Amino acid sequence: MSEPAAPTAAAPAPGPGPEPEQPRPGRWAALGRFAPTESAGSAILVTVLAFVTALAIGALVIVFSDPDVLSKYGYFFARPSDALSASWNEITATYGALFSGSLGSPSQIAHALASGDAARIQQSFYPLSETIVAATPLIFTGLAVALAFRAGMFNIGAEGQLFVGGLLAGLVGFAWHLPPGIHLVVALLAGLAGGALWGFVPGFLKARTGAHEVITTIMMNYIAISLSFYLLSSSLYRRPGRTDPISKIVDTNARLPHLAGANLRLHSGIILAVLVTWAVAWLLKRSTIGFELRAVGLNPDAARTAGMNIGRTYILAMMLAGALAGLGGANQVLGVQYTLAPGFSANLGFDAITLALLGRANPWGVFAAALLFGMLRAGAVQMQAATGTPVDMVVVIQALIIVFVAAPALVRAIYRIKVKDVSGTQPVSGGWGG
Amino acid sequence: MVANDGVDLVVGDGEIHALLGENGAGKTTLMNVVYGLYHSDGGRILLDGKEVRFASPKDAIAAGIGMVHQHFMLVPVFTVAENVMLGIERAGPLGVLDRARARRDVRELSERYGLSVTPDAQVEDLPVGVQQRVEILKALVRQVRILILDEPTAVLTPQEIEEFFRVIRTLRDDSGTSIIFITHKLKEVLEIADRVTVMRHGRVVGSTEPSATTEQQLASMMVGREVQLRVSKGPAHPGEPVLRVESLTVADDRDQVAVDGVSFEVRAGEILMVAGVQGNGQTELVEALTGLRRPVSGAVTVAGRDLTGASPRDVLRAGVAHVPEDRQKDGMIPTFPIQDNLVLDTYDRDPYARGWSIDREQVHRSAVERMREFDIRAPSVVTPAATLSGGNQQKVIVAREFSRPISLLIASQPTRGLDVGSVQYIHERIVQQRDEGVAVLIVSSELDEVTALADRIAVMFRGGIAGPFDAAEMSRERLGLLMAGVGDAGPSAGDAEGSAT
Repeated sequence: MSEPAAPTAAAPAPGPGPEPEQPRPGRWAALGRFAPTESAGSAILVTVLAFVTALAIGALVIVFSDPDVLSKYGYFFARPSDALSASWNEITATYGALFSGSLGSPSQIAHALASGDAARIQQSFYPLSETIVAATPLIFTGLAVALAFRAGMFNIGAEGQLFVGGLLAGLVGFAWHLPPGIHLVVALLAGLAGGALWGFVPGFLKARTGAHEVITTIMMNYIAISLSFYLLSSSLYRRPGRTDPISKIVDTNARLPHLAGANLRLHSGIILAVLVTWAVAWLLKRSTIGFELRAVGLNPDAARTAGMNIGRTYILAMMLAGALAGLGGANQVLGVQYTLAPGFSANLGFDAITLALLGRANPWGVFAAALLFGMLRAGAVQMQAATGTPVDMVVVIQALIIVFVAAPALVRAIYRIKVKDVSGTQPVSGGWGG
Repeated sequence: MVANDGVDLVVGDGEIHALLGENGAGKTTLMNVVYGLYHSDGGRILLDGKEVRFASPKDAIAAGIGMVHQHFMLVPVFTVAENVMLGIERAGPLGVLDRARARRDVRELSERYGLSVTPDAQVEDLPVGVQQRVEILKALVRQVRILILDEPTAVLTPQEIEEFFRVIRTLRDDSGTSIIFITHKLKEVLEIADRVTVMRHGRVVGSTEPSATTEQQLASMMVGREVQLRVSKGPAHPGEPVLRVESLTVADDRDQVAVDGVSFEVRAGEILMVAGVQGNGQTELVEALTGLRRPVSGAVTVAGRDLTGASPRDVLRAGVAHVPEDRQKDGMIPTFPIQDNLVLDTYDRDPYARGWSIDREQVHRSAVERMREFDIRAPSVVTPAATLSGGNQQKVIVAREFSRPISLLIASQPTRGLDVGSVQYIHERIVQQRDEGVAVLIVSSELDEVTALADRIAVMFRGGIAGPFDAAEMSRERLGLLMAGVGDAGPSAGDAEGSAT
């Protein structure tokens, strides 16, 4: 009787015993924030308020980074009106320029339309055209990150996928000479394939070896960027007669046609972007593949138990994501630049991560977020020209938006919004089986 | 969410007081309030007639209240003595830890209460039952007068439970310690408690003495309506073998042999229960049978078809239903709506899919039907599965698995943590499947469940299997001995490896 429990003493892995009814945070608990668990209305409200709050704080930065305005604060207590009116003027001028640079000025548009002069109408829509041109590649890359998010993966590699997509699309664009229409389709498909290939590698490595996609996609970015340097200096790509790494020029047949005349850069890439967004939304919501992607993303254990092939799903998701980013690259080469130069991406693949977060990994949410970022990008140029506020101001605003979107509790606290928590609905007492 | 609503509980000096209730009845919450982990929104706690307020467990311990949680709070790599002195370390001169004193305390208390715990043993090497006694020791060293035990028997073998009861009786008789014993097991209440308080939906529904009540009455109080404690099931009419397992060897995640050359059969129309204490290879066995883990050697055939090392999908499509052990981790996608969880393994097949497109209408319609048929209580079919009670979550999984044509059902701990009503429902459904000619294999560590459902019983111990035996020939005592590895049917009886095939 001295050791009554001895027979089980060396039982393999006694473990902590059963764990009944423990609500467990998933492996990607953080991802839960991107999944649309909270009500759509609340999510949109928080996003809008995040934008407003970011603009408000951005206003302070504008005021305090302008030496002229700041000097008026030196005698604030003697004549506060000087400082306040200077601040107000600075803020309205800056944001005014930002918005008229991205959306156009309503009065100008009205006058142009009234005059019926085609050139004037075109001119008045220039800011809007620039906004859409800036937003289009972001839609593709944003979707690339969002789609991978939904499958439970952080695709940091949209930048590299975009590079490879652009490189292939460009190659087909200038090296081949095909009839109109066909040439464009083939070039787009080449961009798609290049991105898919670049997405396949991390997906395959994760499925087969468990290598974390964050690491591998980052590495793939470096490879893609170095590869672009190499190729652009090679005789295959380099424009004859040039010594700097810049590629030959894409055939007219392979270019995305302009939508509003040659004076505006607006091109048909945006139509493709709308179609692709719709397709991704359909895929996620209505297709068997989307069902698998979401299931694997939310709970890979249960997905495997239910017979889904996790590895195949990871590979497929990364290939689809890569294809989307590759289309983004093709869009830039075939729709905007018509040539390839080093760094032609301008961070489109990295901004995409922010976009996917802002759009909560929802295809149309990403679409809207991309338009917003396109606005900021397009308006920034005008803003700098008009008021001298540096373009970097826009980066500050983008960063602030992300801070507030990533911390919805902060926004709710500022505006005292009460929410019923819908994510953790386990009853208090359920945790320990009591 | 109100987990406790105007609860009155009186625990006398030197009594064993059982707090009985189903999962989610608020027992643990109440005790966490007493222990200072949670704070009440109203009401008072009186100790010896004086009102006390505990800001944290520290205050509760100082006032003489100790608690042993369901999940032990021990440092696995420390020795027993080190674990016991953790938090109340005494240092000698020069700040050196007084280990000798801690060892002496452990030895003395262990002898006094017959705990048989050696101070220098490393905790991770100890079986669960002994670890639990280390937890009790921790409380004793802190000189508790009231000891709260949260579901203390959940992890113990029947023999360990006997031993555990002896320990707490000694505690009560020798030192007048009051013991609050949280449980949902009726038999234990009747055996050990001096007084029992029953909770339901956060309220106390009654308090009585065990001698003045019956199992049936307690169950009705607990559930709030008449319940049937026994599954009504006729004799089995077994047919041809459906599942055939031949010298199956499976390794665990650390590459140790977890299932060791096991062979058995399950026939159509019978229920084979695999009993055993957790962690003796049952999990790996089920994983190997369902395609989740590739066996090292051996063969698995279902209805004549070789499924050794087949993928989970192939196994499911061969007509196997699988109710996994951990329903939230492996059985469902908690954030998915009920209707999607109901098609988790059939979403890409007729009638739910046409090519790549899922027919959402069809998914919705059949979910509504299934909810009615399987009595799933939820606001709607689009409610996320995570918000359901454990019983309803399990019904979702069962509804999914039983709605496909199946010839074999494999279920692991199918009723763990469920309320009495749901347990009864799930058991009835399982028996119904058997009567329709499905071969049923169920892994369970609940003795009551094993005896309630079994047509035949096999016992797993350290990767080996004893049996299967005819359920009618199996006494609870013999079952308990087999679970502890004391074989009585093989040549190596009494030996730890004792398994008979």
